[in-house]
Amino acid sequence: MKDRVQLLHTAKQLNYKTFSRKNILEKLQTAIAFCLLIISIIPITFILVYVLIKGGTQLSIDIITQLPEPPGDDLLSAGGIGNSIIGTIIVTTIASVISVPIGIGGGIYLAEYSSGGLFSRFIRFGTNVLAGVPSIIAGVFIYGIIVSTKLIYGSNYSALAGSLALSILMLPTIIKTTDEGLKLVSDDLRRGALGIGASKFITITRITLPAAFSTIATGILLSVARAAGETAPLIFTALFSFYWPQGNEILLEPIASLSVLIYNFALEPYEAQNELAWAASFILVMMLLALNIIARRIGKLTMDNKSN
Amino acid sequence: MIKENPLPKKIKRQNSSLILENVSISYQQNLAVRNVFLKIPKKRVTALIGPSGCGKSTVLRSINRMNDLIVGCSLKGRVLFEGTDIYSPKIDPVEVRRRIGMVFQQPNPFPKSIYENIAFGAKINGFNGDMDFLVEESLRKAAVWEECKDKLNESGYSLSGGQQQRLCIARTIAVKPDVILMDEPCSALDPISTLKIEETIHELKKNFTIIIVTHNMQQALRVSDYTAFFNAEKDEDNMGGKVGYLVEFNLTKEIFNSPVQALTKDYVTGKFG
Amino acid sequence: MASMVAIVLIGILAFIFYGSLESMARFGFKYLITSGWNPVSDEYGAFTAIYGTIITSLAALTISLPIGIATAIFITEDILPRKVNEFIGLMVELLAAIPSVVLGLWAIFVMEPFLRPFLILLNQTFSWLPFFGTEPRGPGMAPAIIILSIMILPIITSISRDSLNQVPKKLREASYGIGATRWTTIFHIILPAAISGITGGALLALGRAMGETMAVTMVIGNSFNFSWSLLAPGNTISAMLANQFGEADGSQISSLMYAALILMILTLSVNIFANWLVKRISLKY
Ligand SMILES: Nc1ncnc2c1ncn2[C@@H]1O[C@H](COP(=O)(O)OP(=O)(O)OP(=O)(O)O)[C@@H](O)[C@H]1O
Ligand SMILES: [Mg+2]
Repeated sequence: MKDRVQLLHTAKQLNYKTFSRKNILEKLQTAIAFCLLIISIIPITFILVYVLIKGGTQLSIDIITQLPEPPGDDLLSAGGIGNSIIGTIIVTTIASVISVPIGIGGGIYLAEYSSGGLFSRFIRFGTNVLAGVPSIIAGVFIYGIIVSTKLIYGSNYSALAGSLALSILMLPTIIKTTDEGLKLVSDDLRRGALGIGASKFITITRITLPAAFSTIATGILLSVARAAGETAPLIFTALFSFYWPQGNEILLEPIASLSVLIYNFALEPYEAQNELAWAASFILVMMLLALNIIARRIGKLTMDNKSN
Repeated sequence: MIKENPLPKKIKRQNSSLILENVSISYQQNLAVRNVFLKIPKKRVTALIGPSGCGKSTVLRSINRMNDLIVGCSLKGRVLFEGTDIYSPKIDPVEVRRRIGMVFQQPNPFPKSIYENIAFGAKINGFNGDMDFLVEESLRKAAVWEECKDKLNESGYSLSGGQQQRLCIARTIAVKPDVILMDEPCSALDPISTLKIEETIHELKKNFTIIIVTHNMQQALRVSDYTAFFNAEKDEDNMGGKVGYLVEFNLTKEIFNSPVQALTKDYVTGKFG
Repeated sequence: MASMVAIVLIGILAFIFYGSLESMARFGFKYLITSGWNPVSDEYGAFTAIYGTIITSLAALTISLPIGIATAIFITEDILPRKVNEFIGLMVELLAAIPSVVLGLWAIFVMEPFLRPFLILLNQTFSWLPFFGTEPRGPGMAPAIIILSIMILPIITSISRDSLNQVPKKLREASYGIGATRWTTIFHIILPAAISGITGGALLALGRAMGETMAVTMVIGNSFNFSWSLLAPGNTISAMLANQFGEADGSQISSLMYAALILMILTLSVNIFANWLVKRISLKY
């Protein structure tokens, strides 16, 4: 009899009590967290939907291949974004050409040559600091030393100036990923190569760099994607242009870009220009997503290789 | 080979704290342990032994529903705690873990002070008595009071590994459970700390039902009253994976002196595992 | 080549400092506490922009911190099926990949019109509070705050997620093992163990919010008239730079440089502190 009572007692204690303070609190907290989670994915959902619908639906051969029309000229059409697409590609490519070699070089120095002394600590610190510099500041800096002084062959606003501003933003990311990618390469590999008499330079270029290739490539692609979407550093360096980039001084003239087009045309009071800004957003977002996906693919590749 | 589990007849239902009835546990699709029948006696120490990977930890963790934390882990059969099926949908796993505490293989004190380590569990379980007294009592029962009494406000990590493990035992005791599960509590410790913990276990069995997983045969012999021997074998139904099962369960001295199964004999005499 | 970093960094600092000397000499400390931007009479004061920079970034952080941390908790705690968690993680990363000018476009044409009725309601109910004291008429600090909080959400979520994942599994087990509930475990064990990483992430996000330019300049209204109200048009330092710098000349340039210097000091100190915190936790485990 006593045992029976004891048994029932235990069962009661262990039962899930839906209305106990503890369990209601648990449920409540989970519900609140769930609501916050939903809130956090609402914006991106709507942003994607709008970019896809408002931008995607307007897409046509004309829009991709034509030049933009200055606001107010034609109330029905704002032309196309052909030169902006090419401009974005040119400016980002030049920025990469400038920042990738310097960034990889700097990363190699930090990971392979520096002895962890004061100088390399300072450079690592500086890299972090530079990564936190607001992008508009890079624009101000390049404007001040290149555009306003007409430093480069007397030209002021130019594609080159825009590229330089972007490269300042790309540099820290590339240095960091190179540094970190190389540090992940096992020391055995290095010792193996050095052990068979390879010089340090050969070891790095033939062994360590290839081993860290995909980490570095991922980092570079992500920084390219970020640069291609930047606007602030371009608005008073590369400026904008309503014409195709042409002639042999392309880099010394102002150049159009998707992001600056979106900025300029979004603020125009004309609907046609606003619509074109949406179309440009669609193209820009697609380009960046493609870059991101490729970057992640490459990143995944290494993980798979390493686990094999 | 005989596959039925010889249960010690001496353990009556009323005297058992826990009863496992035909328990099988799987991770995702893979069966890890199958068809375990066990009666764990009250206020005794029961040891689970067996070669690595035979599912001792898996069985142990199923007893206080710790396996719930592992995504994809599922259990068939019944686990009765004082007559109540703890896997019935009516049951609150949190309440189960309050009554059936656990000490882990690696000492895992909270990143809090020694005092807080003990008080935390009691507080969340609604304890509102004299906390200082409870802390001292629990530390004394776990035999670390002497080492801790002068540094109750220091971090739990300031203790040695063995002391940390006894702190974890004290933390479990403070919640006043009925059963304490220990998964290789001494495997990370030196021999002296191990002995101290074994002494602690001897003390504890006056008030608690204890189940301990151990790799150390001598330890099983020293601390336990009953022993369950598990083994793992290849199972064709399970894509050739290994599945654990209970070979034999009996009084510890029977298991070590006159085991029924040949396999048990081989294992306790060190022929394999 | 590594020294390029140092050259560029020191170059930027020196250039901005040198550029702002003239304005500093003329306005000194008064520049920081007066509002008004008048190229005709050559009188400049950046208080509106400094207030805007600080208040928008802090408000944005206040909004997105709970959302980001809750999201991170939800996807690290296996409350939902793993596939759903991965999907949410992907959405967060997608958001990080959207350029800020596109967010600005969306904010102008979709978000701000959608928000306006709510902001009007806010004004009507709380008009006695200085923060909500003006009637919203389109662009203003409030839309800027919302778009900023959307922008920094991915940083907070992903750094919180990483810090939560770094909390050793055995701590979680220990807590469940003594009968703690899920949220007791989260609040008393897991969050305290991850707190310095999360704080670091929050500070990095704050630094980002302070320096963010495009989306903000597109919706904030770019007004130099000071108002406490978040519903009124305002300005931030970076928005001011984006708007004025291209056309500025003479002493206005120097005054803009002075503002840029203040922005640099703000973001750099926040960033350096954040990096220090993040590094401290990565050493601990
Ligand atoms: N979290 C898990 N997910 C998937 N499979 C698991 C998990 N934990 C254990 N297993 C599998 O279950 C089987 C039993 O593991 P368990 O840890 O219970 O063995 P054990 O007897 O405790 O071994 P040991 O003595 O090494 O601790 C093993 O085959 C193992 O691979
Ligand atoms: Mg085990």
